[in-house]
Amino acid sequence: MSTRLAKGGRLIDRAAALEFSFNGKRLKGYRGDTLAAALLANDQMLVGRSFKYHRPRGIVAAGPEEPNALVNLGSGGRLEPNQRTTVTELFDGLEATSQNHWPSLEYDVGVVNNYVSRFLPAGFYYKTFIHPRSFWKHVFEPVIRQSAGLGKAPKDRDADRYEQAYAFCDLLVVGGGIAGLQAALVAGRAGARVLVLEQNAHWGGRAPVDGDVIDGKPAGQWVDEAVAALEGMETVTLRARCMAAGVYDHGYVLADEKVADHAPGDGRPKHRLWRIRAGKILTATGAIERPLSFAGNDIPGVMLAASVRDYVVNWAVSPGDRTVVVTNNDDGYRTAIALREAGLAVPAIVDARASPAGDLVARARALGLRIEAGRGIAKVKGGKRVTSVAICLQAGEGAVIDEIACDAVAMSGGWSPVVHLWSHCGGKLIWDMEHACFRPDPARPPLNHDGGALVVAAGAANGAMTADAALLDATAQAEAAVAALGMKPKKAKAPLAEAVVEGPMEAVWIMPQGASIELKSKMWLDYQNDVKVSDVQLAAREGYESVEHTKRYTTLGMATDQGKLSNINGLAVLAQALNEDIPQVGTTTFRPPYTPVTLGALAGEARGEIFQPLRRTPMHGWHEKNGAYFEPVGLWRRPYCFPRAGETHEQAVHREVVNTRTALGLLDASTLGKIIVKGPDAGKFLDMLYTGVMSTLPVGKCRYGLMCNEQGFLSDDGVVARIDEETWLCHTTSGGADRIHAWMEDWLQCEWWDWQVYTANVTEQYAQVAVVGPNARKLLEKLGGMDVSKEALPFMAWADGTLGGFPCRVYRISFSGELSYEIAVPASHGAAFWEALHAAGAEFGVMPYGTEALHVMRAEKGFIMIGDETDGTVIPQDLGLDWAISKKKADFLGKRGQQRNFLASGERWKLVGFETLDGSVIPDGAYIVASGANANGQGNTQGRVTSTYYSPTLKKGIAMGLLHRGPERMGDVVEFNTVKGGTVKARVVDPVFYDKEGEKQNV
Amino acid sequence: MKRYSVFAIAREALRHHTGWERAWKSPEPKKEYDAIIVGAGGHGLATAYYLGKNHGIRNVAIIEKGWLGGGNTGRNTTIIRSNYLQDSSAAIYEKSRSLYETLSQDLNYNVMFSPRGVMMLAQTHHEVRGYLRTAHANALQGVQTEFITPQRVKELCPILNIDGPRYPVLGALWQARGGTGRHDAVAWGYARACSEMGMDVIQQCEVKGVRSENGKVTGVETSKGFIGCRKLGIVVAGHSGQLAEMAGFRLPVEAVALQALVSEPIKPCMDIVVMANTVHGYMSQSDKGEMVIGGGTDGFNNYTQRGSFHHIEETLRALIETFPIISRLKMLRQWGGIVDMTGDRSPIISKTPLGNCFINCGWGTGGFKAIPGSGWAMAELMAKGEPGPLAAEFDMWRFKEGRFIDESVAAGVAH
Amino acid sequence: METGCNMLLLECPYCGVKAEETELSPGYEAHLKRFGPGSTDEEFEAYMFARKNPKGVHFERWRHTYGCGKWFLAARCTATLEVFGTYPAQVGEPPADIIEKIKARRPDWKGYK
Repeated sequence: MSTRLAKGGRLIDRAAALEFSFNGKRLKGYRGDTLAAALLANDQMLVGRSFKYHRPRGIVAAGPEEPNALVNLGSGGRLEPNQRTTVTELFDGLEATSQNHWPSLEYDVGVVNNYVSRFLPAGFYYKTFIHPRSFWKHVFEPVIRQSAGLGKAPKDRDADRYEQAYAFCDLLVVGGGIAGLQAALVAGRAGARVLVLEQNAHWGGRAPVDGDVIDGKPAGQWVDEAVAALEGMETVTLRARCMAAGVYDHGYVLADEKVADHAPGDGRPKHRLWRIRAGKILTATGAIERPLSFAGNDIPGVMLAASVRDYVVNWAVSPGDRTVVVTNNDDGYRTAIALREAGLAVPAIVDARASPAGDLVARARALGLRIEAGRGIAKVKGGKRVTSVAICLQAGEGAVIDEIACDAVAMSGGWSPVVHLWSHCGGKLIWDMEHACFRPDPARPPLNHDGGALVVAAGAANGAMTADAALLDATAQAEAAVAALGMKPKKAKAPLAEAVVEGPMEAVWIMPQGASIELKSKMWLDYQNDVKVSDVQLAAREGYESVEHTKRYTTLGMATDQGKLSNINGLAVLAQALNEDIPQVGTTTFRPPYTPVTLGALAGEARGEIFQPLRRTPMHGWHEKNGAYFEPVGLWRRPYCFPRAGETHEQAVHREVVNTRTALGLLDASTLGKIIVKGPDAGKFLDMLYTGVMSTLPVGKCRYGLMCNEQGFLSDDGVVARIDEETWLCHTTSGGADRIHAWMEDWLQCEWWDWQVYTANVTEQYAQVAVVGPNARKLLEKLGGMDVSKEALPFMAWADGTLGGFPCRVYRISFSGELSYEIAVPASHGAAFWEALHAAGAEFGVMPYGTEALHVMRAEKGFIMIGDETDGTVIPQDLGLDWAISKKKADFLGKRGQQRNFLASGERWKLVGFETLDGSVIPDGAYIVASGANANGQGNTQGRVTSTYYSPTLKKGIAMGLLHRGPERMGDVVEFNTVKGGTVKARVVDPVFYDKEGEKQNV
Repeated sequence: MKRYSVFAIAREALRHHTGWERAWKSPEPKKEYDAIIVGAGGHGLATAYYLGKNHGIRNVAIIEKGWLGGGNTGRNTTIIRSNYLQDSSAAIYEKSRSLYETLSQDLNYNVMFSPRGVMMLAQTHHEVRGYLRTAHANALQGVQTEFITPQRVKELCPILNIDGPRYPVLGALWQARGGTGRHDAVAWGYARACSEMGMDVIQQCEVKGVRSENGKVTGVETSKGFIGCRKLGIVVAGHSGQLAEMAGFRLPVEAVALQALVSEPIKPCMDIVVMANTVHGYMSQSDKGEMVIGGGTDGFNNYTQRGSFHHIEETLRALIETFPIISRLKMLRQWGGIVDMTGDRSPIISKTPLGNCFINCGWGTGGFKAIPGSGWAMAELMAKGEPGPLAAEFDMWRFKEGRFIDESVAAGVAH
Repeated sequence: METGCNMLLLECPYCGVKAEETELSPGYEAHLKRFGPGSTDEEFEAYMFARKNPKGVHFERWRHTYGCGKWFLAARCTATLEVFGTYPAQVGEPPADIIEKIKARRPDWKGYK
């Protein structure tokens, strides 16, 4: 059984006992425990079920590479599925439940998959479930979906918050082991701005566990001193619990800091996402131990050897009373020695190598440990827990020589440098024969924006596998990195670690090497996804020869650990099956993030109402107070209507229309784009921008203008006012202000840069109110301050002045067909001015109206709306706006595009009005049907509706739309389709339904 | 070639699956073929398959620089739908969707087409009108879609937040027979079927040049030597510009990066595909339980398969607002693809200035769903030398005439 | 095969700020010659649609939108994202020093035309 040892544990505080629960069971641990350590201390080796076969799964590792020990952590708004117990710091009250089983962890019905696993090899689903056709969606897939997945789906909104922060540094050091700390010391002493990230809560990495001695001191002491020295350096920042997730181009690094995972609900953000811009990145990310592929290597109790050592040394937890060590390298002996020194039994060290030698082997011999050289494990026995191992010759086919009773197996298949961050941005790898691993190829690093190396690797991450080599490498790499940054490293003695002479490792990819297919179908490569040696061999046999094919076909390395344990082993098996060398087969892709990152952290503070920037007009508060129903317009929110108690939106809109047409309406038009264009060449410039002529507009007057893109399609419209000789004010659509301003600048800066024109987007500098209706003038006259009479301020004129004491600019323009003034006041006066209009307008029947009433009224007048009548494929000529296009100008933006034959054709759909024969409203989006069908069997069309409303003024449905040769077909009856089938008949009419002569707006 | 079936699996299980044959052969190239397709992605393989199946042209090689299906076919979010606005788009995507319905049976390879339904949320009034327009267009095009209410949206996808503070859901365009497929399987299934017809799928073979005589293509220079052909089809997505240059013409396409990501797997919580175009994000749940997430493209030329990170952040903000329960899930992996965008964001299936050389490209972000239909139309074009009705509008000269096939007009719809 | 993300860093030649991509708006090909009325259909099509799309050295437009607001031009490799330099938009062709730098870094480069 696994248990807590009486003594030791360098990371735990035995004085701080914590209580937690697993599957409802109340258990005890200590501060400093990981959840995995605490579970093992409570003899909870079985922690989950595998993805495909629902096999029992135990803790394998002690770090982020853990594939098995994932739990649902917390509940409700704090439920976090797939949480790795090996990196979850224990806290008081922690609740965890195991995953992927029903009804319980111990008795899982899904394990039936395991009994028929023979029928479910890699890719079986591609070969079956083909007939009958409907069964995939309705029978097979639902079963597969239910059986797949791991953690519980959360049901509640996240109770925590996240924040994001920026950091900048010369050198980013990733990894706080001895190599990373030494590199930081070198860079810090040189005066570089250094940021050091460590994913764990503690510093030092493996060295203190492995008993290394540095400069004559225990590694732990050296680490403490190094950390203290770094903390004393002004240019160095240390950040623990912070995982570098991805390296992106131009030195951008994303790191996830677990701020309050170990203290949930304490008010701090759960995570902080760091966006780091580094001059250079040094990855001292260490290495990950590989499992060995022998039959039954997935049974709970089989663990990575170094992880077993971690549990013993760091947390005083013994994974088993009797642990068999199986290895192909000397490092496995460290575990055997650590176990023995902790007073635990090591019945045997099974070493695949024929003649192991080296300092550690000698120490193990001296301790009297039994070494089975040249041997391998034929099979692990046990169900939910290891009971024994059968020993065989590594060189043979698996004939059992001996069986050794044990309750744990510590395996070591060698070490793989963590090259993820090196690879994210294009760094290439080379195969290291000595350690049988891929390591960074210094000749082909990922490149920075200047074409130089962006990343350097150091220590074990660079293939320097022993403490002494790692420190030397870290020193050299950091010095080179500092020099490349243009700084001078200080002369300092590199720390020396006591060398431990290790014998060569021997690559072992299958144990025993001649294993039968029966054994190979019990050798797990990917524990979580249930991919075995036999599956990879099957993929190779079937022609899925590229690593990417094999990976995708078998799902090897696609589990939540992203192949940290399985990729190299799988690759080696594939290479063997293809009879090729490993480097020829290549590596799989290293995709960010290094370990999974919470989505909430990636979204940061941008949640709820501010998940996008929110733009408010100065009158927004009034609208909210007065019950406006808003609609989003770009990032703005505009009142759609102002419903009164008991009113539907439709009723409110009708009321607003009728009131505006018969009395007085106010519209908050502040969102309308306002761009000042000024300079000696401003007129010439506007003549290029607009289809019409703006240079001839007299000062004091307004003119409606259209803008097209270079293709000739309508892009924006609005009223332009000539302010003075050199100044024009261009109104744009609400959504268009920023786009049009950028468009103007584009032309001015990149094409006509010798023209003297300046632009300024003053949209938010002014609040603007449309005062509309027969009583509009009465209201303004009551406020007083300037002459707004027909004579002083005729239609399409503007004037500066004051109204009711407010400084304002009044435009006599109308988008409703009524007597209308659009009044701009400085934004800071907007709210007060709006309220003053309401107060003074009460006697004239004033009401606010929203965007929908605006739409209805402009449709009644046959005014087009960008985005309704236009959709990016419509040219002004389609809309009967030829009058707004200058025939005289040699050039304007869009003119050449409109000359292309498809646009210049007479066969285009053109704007007309429609009136249904029965007075009903044509459905939004309806098409006008034509006879017959096209070559693809689709019903022919000859037009479509673009705006369709019930007109409360005319008390019937009105519509505008585009019809093939429309203006030539006045009086024709056409049919609009409906989605239910059937059609609506309508007569082609003039699009101006209301006040055709414009008498109302000109009064 | 052995047929795949549950019986075959049972038979093979008895001998530990040691009897399975290669899914496709890996031959050395012959000296000459009737037709060469450059690009063994989904579109190229489908083109070859329908050349053989519909037109009896089987002396065909499909040449691939890397591994088959290793480009965008294996890098997308696997959405299949045909609720397009313009007639020519709706025609080819609906053809494609209907071919997907029976593709597993046609290929004897389970491509896991799952018509779980695709929902496109309308979150502004403008978007409502846009989707109503699409619904009306679809009704005449024979594409089954409907515009549904927010309540129905919630019923179909209970984890969806329809009352968000910024963009409450006002309705949705719903295509019940849209869905997802298994992307790799589509490439693999076509490759196996092509191989079975005697075609050569030649991987790890890079085209270095296009050879022509008298304005007609005669073959391609490759890393495995010159290979002659009577007809050449270029179907290489993001790398179309390079191939066109070799063939001596310039294409109206630009290569940009598109990104996607998946979360860690969780138990089923979402049975349909949801696209939220106003806020730029879409999401579905794979059969493995991963939430599959996609967003927008970059605005600059890029061949690195690495898109801009801020798009990932924007997409996730949008989706966490839309699906609040995903906030505590974790991003498992994230990747990019190079997509080729044309001037109107619609594809090109066209003859080219070079005789007997044909091009199929410009699928942008919408390629996966189009694979069978695109292959079908391209095969017809290559076999007959002239486009059939499906490809007729997608020629590369439409830009000159201003004859756009613009899908973005509906409501800024991402493909 | 690599696959991750980028986050370009470009120096604005006007304000000297090393601006992150989120501060910038991309604008595709630089040094375009506009074809307006009087041009042939072919010229107009080439100007509008047949934009350069090289896998390698590319000249492109960027706007320092959330900074000084200026458009500037950048020489960048689309295959590696290496930036050879940025320069003001008010020039007809790339500056000589940037051309030299590109030639040094990419001996096979065929030139900007």
